[in-house]
Amino acid sequence: MKPRPNYLAGAGSFLWLLVVAIPLYVMVSGTFQTRAEFGDNGPLSFPTSFTLQNYADAITSGFGRYFLNTVAVTVGVVAIVLLLVPPLSYAIVRSQSRAASFVFRFFLLGLAIPAQAVIVPVFYLINAVGLYDNLIGVILPTAAFALPICTLILSGTMRDITGELYEAMAMDGASPARAFFRLVLPLSKGGLSTIAVFSALQAWNGFLFPLILTQSEDTRVVTLGLFNFQTQYGINIPGLLAAVTLSMVPVLLVYLFARRALVQGLMGAGGK
Amino acid sequence: MTMLATGRRPAPGGSTVSRPARSGASSVGRPGFAWALPATIFFALFALVPLAAVAVLSFTSWSGLGDPRFVGLENWETLIADPVMLKSLWLSLLFIVLGVVTQTPLSILLGVWAAGNQRNRAVLSAIYFVPLLLSSAAISVLWRALLDPNFGIPGQLSWLFGDGNLLGTQSGAIGVLIFVGMWQFTPFHTLIYQGAARGIPPVLYQAAAIDGAGMARQFFAITLPQLRNTAITSIILMVVGGLTTFETVLILTNGGPGTDTTITAFYMYQEAFQSFDFGVGSAIALVLVVVATAISLVVVKVSGYDKMNSSLEGL
Repeated sequence: MKPRPNYLAGAGSFLWLLVVAIPLYVMVSGTFQTRAEFGDNGPLSFPTSFTLQNYADAITSGFGRYFLNTVAVTVGVVAIVLLLVPPLSYAIVRSQSRAASFVFRFFLLGLAIPAQAVIVPVFYLINAVGLYDNLIGVILPTAAFALPICTLILSGTMRDITGELYEAMAMDGASPARAFFRLVLPLSKGGLSTIAVFSALQAWNGFLFPLILTQSEDTRVVTLGLFNFQTQYGINIPGLLAAVTLSMVPVLLVYLFARRALVQGLMGAGGK
Repeated sequence: MTMLATGRRPAPGGSTVSRPARSGASSVGRPGFAWALPATIFFALFALVPLAAVAVLSFTSWSGLGDPRFVGLENWETLIADPVMLKSLWLSLLFIVLGVVTQTPLSILLGVWAAGNQRNRAVLSAIYFVPLLLSSAAISVLWRALLDPNFGIPGQLSWLFGDGNLLGTQSGAIGVLIFVGMWQFTPFHTLIYQGAARGIPPVLYQAAAIDGAGMARQFFAITLPQLRNTAITSIILMVVGGLTTFETVLILTNGGPGTDTTITAFYMYQEAFQSFDFGVGSAIALVLVVVATAISLVVVKVSGYDKMNSSLEGL
């Protein structure tokens, strides 16, 4: 279709590739060097020796615990999203009640409510119900703020289920619940995995709610651990880079295996 | 089956969704509003109620202990007279404008390029995409380490960076934050432009080629106009994102030097959670809400999200 390759755009994208890749290279190569070597040779040099000490340091400084906490938050958030969003999207797409279309606008508006705008009342609320410094207190608002985008994505998927399929079910005299479980859910698998991956990513990378709503080391999540590590050991750059790299590994693994779901979801987030 | 259905229907709070759904052929696949209720209530509890509460709290004084005390317009008077608040609004505006101006052309070019059929495209796109997966916290810690004046890249490339203390001046600190924002968010916007560019019907390009339009002409006459709706969405997301930038400011500059990168979202955090003046913090939050809501109304109106309009209508 294209008559000739676009060399100008190709060169530009190669340049940007360097901007993206060099920091990532420095990050990974730095983690395998000793502090002395990193300091002497500078970050852009090739490593001349190889050590795993930085990873060992990062893990012994508490990252194992932080990982478990982050996993717990992520699982909780994904569970809530998968429980709440499918029936909501089903109602938005198929319900004939006016309220349902109002609810869709309400969630669209919610898309633009920044978490910062509500952290003071959320802080008050979580304190009032005694969930401060408790991972459940982090899970609830994180899940709530993942709902709008997930609803948008899943509603988009469910809209693609044609009316004929519902009519075919009408022959059996199926209830809305039966149509939901027998027709809508099986045909929305792609959207469901997208919202699962998407909300997991949000939970894994979340920072503001844990920062405001937790305090002790027992409830510290990975992102806060990085921040804390940076404040305390800002000079130990290879150690810091090892911690940053560790925090990325699970996400990169998910990316490897669920790239499609993620990319589709993000594209969907930008509108059709 | 029905047993299973009722058993698995999510009902936190338990009270609102116990009404059985009507059955019968006429209502097949036509769920009642009850299906939307659990999510709606949950979201209202953590987003809508707090939104109302933040308005109320902005008229109170609260230090985090005890109960908020009503103080009328005191917080608002403090804010209006506060030079840091005014400065933070200007800085936020600057952040938003610089973010949009730097990210939009780059992501359009990369997105349109990535939508093509080059052989190496898939591999390159996979690498472009990586920053998008990382947390803002990780990205900020990474860049802070990379830009360390003594052990980082500026120290090694002193011919390029001078004394290397990029975060020591206002223009340097703003430049770093804008650049890191670009590094972090360009992949996302590239991706949505890529998706949109793929959706442009090839027939348009074929027609243009027959008319003798070159690649540049095709780009400006077909690609850009076709990306209009996407551009609106993308820019609005950039505006909201820029307005609420937080982790990068906290970790990279901590609002400094001085208050030179204290944007409004960060100032709100400082007032509420570092100075423990939750009343003033709420008032600042309300300012953020008003701006963000105004923008979101524009999203819904202009982009046609609510009607799910497509830019391909009529083709």
